[in-house]
Amino acid sequence: MTAIPEVSYAVPDDGHGHLAEMRVDPIALFQRVRDECGDIGRFRLADRDVVLVSGAEANEQFFRAPDSTLDQAAAYPFMTPIFGQGVVFDASPEERQQMLKNQALKGDMMRGHAATIEAEINRMVADWGDEPGDSGEIDLLDFFAELTIYTTSACLIGRPFREELDGRFAQHYHDLERGTDALAYVDPYLDIESFRVRDTAREALVALVQDIIDRRVERGTVPREERDLLDVLISIDMTADYITGIFISMMFAGHHTSSGTAAWALIELMRHPDVLAGIVEELDDLYADGSDVSFQALRSIPRLEAALKETLRLHPPLVILLRVVQEEIELAGHTIAPGTMVAASPRVSNRIAEDFPDPDAFDPGRYLDGHQADLQNRWTWIPFGAGKHRCVGNAFAMMQLKAIFSVLLRDYTFEMTQPSEDYRDDVSKMVIQLAQPCRVRYRRRAR
Amino acid sequence: MKVTADLDLCQGHQMCTGEAPDVFGYDGEADRVVVLQEHPDESQRAQVAAAVQYCPAMALAVEEDR
Repeated sequence: MTAIPEVSYAVPDDGHGHLAEMRVDPIALFQRVRDECGDIGRFRLADRDVVLVSGAEANEQFFRAPDSTLDQAAAYPFMTPIFGQGVVFDASPEERQQMLKNQALKGDMMRGHAATIEAEINRMVADWGDEPGDSGEIDLLDFFAELTIYTTSACLIGRPFREELDGRFAQHYHDLERGTDALAYVDPYLDIESFRVRDTAREALVALVQDIIDRRVERGTVPREERDLLDVLISIDMTADYITGIFISMMFAGHHTSSGTAAWALIELMRHPDVLAGIVEELDDLYADGSDVSFQALRSIPRLEAALKETLRLHPPLVILLRVVQEEIELAGHTIAPGTMVAASPRVSNRIAEDFPDPDAFDPGRYLDGHQADLQNRWTWIPFGAGKHRCVGNAFAMMQLKAIFSVLLRDYTFEMTQPSEDYRDDVSKMVIQLAQPCRVRYRRRAR
Repeated sequence: MKVTADLDLCQGHQMCTGEAPDVFGYDGEADRVVVLQEHPDESQRAQVAAAVQYCPAMALAVEEDR
C-alpha cells in the first residue's frame, strides 16, 4: 500500500484524513490525486485508505472486476440510514439490478414510460400560460427535482402511486439526499444537522406512505390492471417503513441524477446559444408533422443527444464510484489488499485531456459527424460508470431527457436571471446538487 | 466489417436486436446477446452502427476488415 503515493493536503487533517476536504471541495481532491500521483494514488477517508484510479487502463481493471472481488454495497455507508436499517433485499446488487431491468426498464416498456414522462412534464408546465410571451421564473433545482420524483415514481412504482404524491414528497426526498454528508464514513448516525434533517425527512416519507396505504386498505381490492407495486407489497403485509425503504432505494439512482443532468443541460444550452439554436431547429423539424414526443424520444435526435452527452461528461451526477476490496486485486501494477476502498472518478476521467482535447470546453461536436467521443473512450467516458455495473437505467435516462427537452424547447425559450458563473454545484454532500438560487426565466414561444 | 460483442459487459437489454435484428440475436438462457453475423453485409452498416451507438452497456463494437 505504501508504494501507492498519497495525495497532499489542501485542507488540514482534522483527524479524519482527507475527509475535511471531501466535505468542501471533493472534485479538487480527486483531480489532485491524478495530477500528483498519476493513474493510481490514494487519500485517507476517516480510518481507511481510498485508492483512486483514473485513465483507461486502470479504469478498465476497476470496472471489469467481479462482485466477488470488489463489493459495492459496503462502500456507501451513507445510504443505510436513507434506505432504513433492516431494509435489505434478499438479493445481491446484481440480482436487484436484473430485477429492475426486467420489470421496469425493458426496451418494450420504454414507449409507455415515454408517454408517462411527456404527460408529467406537461403537468409541470400547465400553469406557465398559453399565450405567446407568457413568462415566469422557476428554480431549476426545485423544478427538476419535483418533475423527476413524479417520473421515477410513475415509471418504476406505478401511476396510481404517483397520483397520490405532491410537492411534499419531493421536498422530503430532497432532504434525504442532502443527508449524504461524507462524515457518514466516520459514523452515519452522528448528531449533526444534515443527519437530523435526513432522519426527520425519512419519518415524514413513511407517514405519507402510511396514509396512502391506509387509503388503499380502506378502498379494498381493485381489478388487477389497476394495481401497482404498492398494492403488491401491501398484500404481503409489509410495513409502511419497509415499503418506504424499498421505494426510496428504487428511486434513488434515477432521481437526483436525472434531475441534475436536466438542470445542467439547460444551463449549458443557455450558455451556448448557438448550440441551443441548432437543437431548437432540429426539434422543430422533428415535430413539424405533429408527431408525439413519446414516439420521437425513443428515436435518434442527434444534436440533442450530443448536447446531453456533453453535459454528462462535464457534470457527471456521481463524481466518485466506490468499492470495497473483497479479494486481493491488481490495479495499475499495484496489489491492493482486502478491506481497502478503491474508487474511480467520472468527474476526473471525463476530463482527461489526452482523451478529450480541450477537456473543459462544452463541445457537442465530440459526438457528431462521425465523432464518437463516448464510444472511443469506453473506459474514461464514464458518466454512467462502465463495465458490468454500468447504469442499467441509462437508456431510460437518455429517453427521459430527450422527452423533457422536446417539450420544454418546443414551447418555451429560457434565459438566465443570474450571472452565468453563479450556476454551480453544491458539493458539500456525497449527492451533489445545484446550489440555490439557480433561477431561470421561461417565455412561451410564438408558434 | 467485423462485429464483436463483449459478453462480460452485455446486460441483456436487447436494444441491438431491435436496431439490427439480422445481425444480433438474444440468448434468453444466458441473458446475453448472440452475434448472428460476424461479418454482416455492407448494407447492414447503418443498422449495426445504431446498435453499437445505442447499446446501453457499451458492449458492442465494429472493426474494419483488413
